[in-house]
Amino acid sequence: MAATAAPAGGARSGAGPEWGGFEEPIQGGGSAVIDMENMDDTSGSSFEDMGELHQRLREEEVDADAAAVEEEDGEFLGMKGFKGQLSRQVADQMWQAGKRQASRAFSLYANIDILRPYFDVEPAQVRSRLLESMVPIKMVSFPQKIAGELYGPLMLVFTLVAILLHGMKTSDTIIREGTLMGTAIGTCFGYWLGVSSFIYFLAYLCNAQITMLQMLALLGYGLFGHCIVLFITYNIHLHALFYLFWLLVGGLSTLRMVAVLLSRTVGPTQRLLLCGTLAALHMLFLLYLHFAYHKVVEGILDTLEGPNILPVQRVPRHAPAVLPAARLPTTVLNATAKAVAVTLQPR
Amino acid sequence: MAEAAESPGDRETASPRPLMRDLKAVGKKFMHVLYPRKSNTLLRDWDLWGPLILCVTLALMLQRSSLDSEKDGGPQFAEVFVIVWFGAVTITLNSKLLGGNISFFQSLCVLGYCILPLTVAMVVCRLVLLAEPGPINFIVRLFVVAVMFVWSIVASTAFLADSQPPNRKALAVYPVFLFYFVISWMILTFTPQ
Repeated sequence: MAATAAPAGGARSGAGPEWGGFEEPIQGGGSAVIDMENMDDTSGSSFEDMGELHQRLREEEVDADAAAVEEEDGEFLGMKGFKGQLSRQVADQMWQAGKRQASRAFSLYANIDILRPYFDVEPAQVRSRLLESMVPIKMVSFPQKIAGELYGPLMLVFTLVAILLHGMKTSDTIIREGTLMGTAIGTCFGYWLGVSSFIYFLAYLCNAQITMLQMLALLGYGLFGHCIVLFITYNIHLHALFYLFWLLVGGLSTLRMVAVLLSRTVGPTQRLLLCGTLAALHMLFLLYLHFAYHKVVEGILDTLEGPNILPVQRVPRHAPAVLPAARLPTTVLNATAKAVAVTLQPR
Repeated sequence: MAEAAESPGDRETASPRPLMRDLKAVGKKFMHVLYPRKSNTLLRDWDLWGPLILCVTLALMLQRSSLDSEKDGGPQFAEVFVIVWFGAVTITLNSKLLGGNISFFQSLCVLGYCILPLTVAMVVCRLVLLAEPGPINFIVRLFVVAVMFVWSIVASTAFLADSQPPNRKALAVYPVFLFYFVISWMILTFTPQ
């Protein structure tokens, strides 16, 4: 390594250490023997450029005629050929060293085998963990076990993205900056990774016994409740139903996560801080997903009757142009009644 | 001097011949996807030409006119492209992490080729949308997209399932299901303007 690094350093400084390159047998594309017969080499290294510059200056000064130029050319051509070979070999060694380092870095960081242990699950295990994520365990005196796997949480996040897309499309959500897909992916992954990191940071402050992987797994499985609630309430547009599910299903999955964290934290203040933050964030996220991405617009029947109608035309058809916030209470009753009729109709 | 004289063999080795060979290979793989059987053709001679053609076709057909594009956030060309390729890469990584013995590009090839039924569904939907709008219009499109969605999943499962450990097939097929579900949803909810 040192021997190959030396020519690299030498090439940069343009000085002596490049000679060290000849001591090591050169592997790969570089030739081990300098081809002295290759006299008309004009490869453009900076060394040769300087030689050429000096040569040109000397020519102008001396007011050279053809014979003198030829004489100097012949001299410099020979030297140029030699230096060209040298610089080529140095460049070649630099290339080989760089390539070796890059392939080593690539095989280290792009090696997905680092993640392989976290995907070592069976379908039955995933199923049981999904069901357990809705069952809070009361025992908080001993640290409860958290499965450190990433398959289930990752698939749940992707499922949430798909459900969110479905909800945004059926409710004709208008996204001004960006796209539906980008928003859905950004929201779901942002929540999973961001809130996990934040709670892990709080857990570090509160001396809770939990690793980042466990936090990712815990929060990921906690999204199962969100998936169920949103899947049902994006299809049955009843606000009362949503609130019921939000409390029941969302509450159960939150309680499960809170119980696990309680069992791993010591001290009432720390427990309150950590568990309160997680509970608040988790429940509020479900509320946010429902209300931000699922506006119950009055023209929802138009998706069945007139898919080719411009969305912006739906508003004047059914209601005068008023502020959406003011429209919402009156439209809720109408839309829920219509929505019940819609869902009862065979699609 | 012998090299200067042209022989018929020289003309045959010119560029059109490999192109026809590639096109035939792509066409053969399309037929394998439309009539899925357990075969190794897609896996053995993988290529990414077919997936590229299908992805570009789908993205072009899903593109809306710029008049309406900022109002309803419909998929743009780049978005469809990114969804298809990154979705395929994610599924490939997932199947490799679960212990599958399929190579990266083989998996990309299979997932890309299995978008063919959904591309056909897109073409049919666009034709159906030329007719008058209504619930029947929607039902027809829903039926076509649903059938093609199931076809895509069956086709990709026929090629990919053998490369997975037998007890983990469901874990590998679920993300494929989600992937084709998202594409089907984009096709079904497409309204041209």
